[in-house]
Amino acid sequence: MDNNIAQPPTRLQQTYDVIFRGVCRSSAVLTALLVAFIVIKITVAAMPAMRQYGVNFVTTTTWDPLTRNFGILPEIWGTLFTSFLALIVGTFFGVAAAIFLSEGLLGQFIFAVLKAVKMETNPFLSQLPDRLEGIIKNLIELLAAIPSVVYGLWGIFILIPMIRPACNWLCAKLGWVVFFGTPLSGPGVLPAVIVLSIMILPTITAISRDALVAVPPKLRMAAYGMGATRWETILAVILPVATRGIAGAVILAFGRALGETMALAMLVGNANKISLSLFSPANTLASLLANNFPEAGPQEVSVLMYASLVLLAITLVVNIIGAWMLQKAVGVGGGR
Amino acid sequence: MDCDGQNGKDVVIDCCINDLHYGSFKAVRDTHIPIKKQKITAFIGPSGCGKSTVLRCLNRMNDIVRGFRFSGHVHFGGRDIYHPSIDAVAVRRHIGMVFQQPNPFAMSIYNNVAFGLRLNRYKGSVAEKVEEALKRAALWNEVSDKLQKSGLSLSGGQQQRLCIARAIATDPKVLLMDEPCSALDPISTRKIEELMLELKTHYTIAIVTHNLQQAQRVADETGFLYVDTSEGGRTGYLVEFGDSKQIFEDPQQQHTKDYIGGAFS
Repeated sequence: MDNNIAQPPTRLQQTYDVIFRGVCRSSAVLTALLVAFIVIKITVAAMPAMRQYGVNFVTTTTWDPLTRNFGILPEIWGTLFTSFLALIVGTFFGVAAAIFLSEGLLGQFIFAVLKAVKMETNPFLSQLPDRLEGIIKNLIELLAAIPSVVYGLWGIFILIPMIRPACNWLCAKLGWVVFFGTPLSGPGVLPAVIVLSIMILPTITAISRDALVAVPPKLRMAAYGMGATRWETILAVILPVATRGIAGAVILAFGRALGETMALAMLVGNANKISLSLFSPANTLASLLANNFPEAGPQEVSVLMYASLVLLAITLVVNIIGAWMLQKAVGVGGGR
Repeated sequence: MDCDGQNGKDVVIDCCINDLHYGSFKAVRDTHIPIKKQKITAFIGPSGCGKSTVLRCLNRMNDIVRGFRFSGHVHFGGRDIYHPSIDAVAVRRHIGMVFQQPNPFAMSIYNNVAFGLRLNRYKGSVAEKVEEALKRAALWNEVSDKLQKSGLSLSGGQQQRLCIARAIATDPKVLLMDEPCSALDPISTRKIEELMLELKTHYTIAIVTHNLQQAQRVADETGFLYVDTSEGGRTGYLVEFGDSKQIFEDPQQQHTKDYIGGAFS
């Protein structure tokens, strides 16, 4: 009997097990409860405003605390307009960067340079292509680490003065184009869009890169074996397989852009306008909330809660679609 | 090494490797294999002997590997495909390849086969060519009613035949097959072997195989590669090359005798 190494778990081990399981389970449940708690509390707080303004709240354009007229259509428009434009810019650059990083283009280039100077077998330098690729990838991901308010300050004091002459020139010469219809007097849609697209770039690049790297190498080999050039391979074979993952990345980035507050509150101009002009000031739901809560009386609080509920609904829907698409992307191209 | 001499007129690819490196690793040395027109040439040998590497040399697939260096020549159509003026991509359009793992693209069966035709901006009827290729690959009867279905929906053996159809749709001069049956069941393997014997009437085929019986069944000529560990690395080289019958029944080299006799694998 005593020769047996195998022993049943002791009471202590069993207790650990129970405690550990309990901690994990309650953490998970608490998180879920927290989400429910937030949504319920906001809904309850928004109830008075919902009863008073109903659907008119999202279809009218005035925001006047004095006459108690509240409508957030311009903010909904501004939120979607800036996010959508930022998404176009961010997706273009983000996916391009992801391709560059996933296809080893940089590494190949550096290797070619090393080869030209006959240093490619040098033990230190031969690591360089992979290392530089890693550094660039980390730098792009570091964009996500810059605080929102820093982006805002950068936008106000550097970006806006930088783009203003060009914008006003465009407005003067091509003012008949609806997107250039007004001059850029300071904050406005374009600076907000530029900063927003930089902010969502790391999300798009990182997830798209993962999707591209996950494309089975055998497909690449098949395309090269057919005599496809690098670009034919990327465009015709690799990108289609990675599309779902990239689409998921884009939707997650969209969710982030919709909810972005600080930088936009500083850059978008906070004007209650619906305009297609890129240079016109506008407003977004998030920056409306940030700007109005300090002076909000009891009734405005309810109105703001209503507005935040609308924002919450928009981002929730977008995020659910994104998560669903990412889930679908897993396993695509795996096959045999 | 001496690469001249035995090249008759019927040699399509004359492969002569002096040294082949990946970075500082010497993968293959002294290997001369002439691949003859409308014959099946098999490369056999133990794992890691570089037979796949040699095969990939023939359509410059190794160029994709960073650090690849090559000394020697591969004559194809009267020119050295490693000459600096030759584009590796162009080489691969003339010399098709079938891989170990079936690797159809994530697109329809039709588009898989039409891929190469579109790549080469084929002017004639793509549909006709697709049908012809699928018929030659002995797949037409199984897929003619579902050409728009995904290539990935097929079974492993069908996928491999689809890959063969894709490779031959552009009428390459030579078809390289890198262990095309190793991921397949015996019935699919048999089908592919029969297919190879049929394709021989149109194409020149070079095949790498782990399966000695397979080489015996299909190959006209066989090269045996072995690993040389004397310099510390693992460098593959050609031990013996000749008529399959001779290689399998009357090998001249001791290594070949041992390998064919099953002394090692």
